[in-house]
Amino acid sequence: MGLDFTVVPKFFDVIFIGVGWTVAITIAAGLLSFFGGIVFAVVALYGPLLVRLPFRLFAWLFMGTPLLLQLFLIYFGLIQIGIDLPAFVAGVVGLGLHFAVYNSELIQASILAVDKGQNEAARTLGLSRGQALRKVVIPQAVRAVIPPIGNNMIALLKDSALVSVIGVAELTLAAQQAIGRTFRPFEFYVTAAVCYYFINLALEAGLRRIERHIQLSR
Amino acid sequence: MSDAPFIEIRNAAKSFGALEVLKDINLTVEKGQIVAIIGPSGSGKSTLLRAINELDPLTSGEVWLDGVQINKDLPFRQYEKHVNQVRQDIGMVFQHFNLFPHLTVRGNITLAPKMLKGLSDKEVNELAEEQLKRVGMLERIDYYPSQLSGGQKQRVAIARALAMKPKVMLFDEATSALDPELVEEVNLVMKQLAEEHMTMIIVTHEMGFAQDVCDRVLFMDQGYVVEEGSPDVVFRNPTQDRTKDFLKKHLQGQN
Repeated sequence: MGLDFTVVPKFFDVIFIGVGWTVAITIAAGLLSFFGGIVFAVVALYGPLLVRLPFRLFAWLFMGTPLLLQLFLIYFGLIQIGIDLPAFVAGVVGLGLHFAVYNSELIQASILAVDKGQNEAARTLGLSRGQALRKVVIPQAVRAVIPPIGNNMIALLKDSALVSVIGVAELTLAAQQAIGRTFRPFEFYVTAAVCYYFINLALEAGLRRIERHIQLSR
Repeated sequence: MSDAPFIEIRNAAKSFGALEVLKDINLTVEKGQIVAIIGPSGSGKSTLLRAINELDPLTSGEVWLDGVQINKDLPFRQYEKHVNQVRQDIGMVFQHFNLFPHLTVRGNITLAPKMLKGLSDKEVNELAEEQLKRVGMLERIDYYPSQLSGGQKQRVAIARALAMKPKVMLFDEATSALDPELVEEVNLVMKQLAEEHMTMIIVTHEMGFAQDVCDRVLFMDQGYVVEEGSPDVVFRNPTQDRTKDFLKKHLQGQN
């Protein structure tokens, strides 16, 4: 049986919707992982002990266990305790929190690396601890780790394929649906791979733009 | 309260662990006075300056500014509130400028007035322009710090401090990190402030500047104020051997 890519165009609509969902999940989970990462970093560094300790446990849980398992737990497991999330939301929460923990580690280290004089200058002007952190320290810390956070975003895009297992009709699941109807795994997996590649190119171009934009302000 | 000194430091002492860096320091500064603090490194002069705005709180002693005790002993939250309030009256300029690199010159100057004084965008912009004009940096208002020279950065840092309309300005070796050819532009701004009768306390290694601009000079060594007086007295006729030694070494170094 030879390869026949002519079947692919017939499923463009399915693939196209898959691309849409993949982009939507990546953007939503990416935003959650970015802002969640900042919040987690602040909590981990400055939160009261009673918050910090459970948080360490939570971070360890998210970093030390497979993302796939976390998605199962959030989607199928939480129903048992009455939290019934739609598949898309469960996927965004799982991916977003997972990468938020990784981003938080980067941002924590970066906050500690901001020159002490920055905080002193802010405090000297009369800013409170919180104001100095929010307006002076965190913006600098985040700018410094934009490139590695960008790498996490690329990893997030690729790992978004995992949410196919909880039934979100994103690109990988769309390819599988097309395969189920045509029995042409090679053609559709390659098609999906090409789509991921182009989404990735767009993401990287976006990240480069952001890096260029903040270059002067570092 | 009106006959109390503008700034008064009483029996100030400070130790980091077993290391005593300030030992029983007393200092009064009148409104409009300009005081230079000189001395070898490690003498405690920067620590004294940083004690005035509670960056390095004293171990014991009192700091007063315009009838208000700066280092009040208060419960944590009240203390923070108090300190945030009084620091608005104390401008500080650092050796390494400490401009906020993520903000433009305008952003650096308007940040604190906008947050703390409840001024409108229009008001803070006018304020920024006014202060930048004062230090001759108006044409760089939309630049980022990374686009400025060291001297320009320090002038912006001075404008940033002035924008809070402080009652006193503290200079912590404001020209020590600058290339020699950039020192003068910062000195000129400081001289101009002196002519406007800004109260200033200046930690410096520049004896020439201290002599020209300051009303009084303090020589510190090993945590003590060893000698104090008018620039003429301290520089020309010092009474203490340690002062003489220091000045001799310093003047040799400059020739």
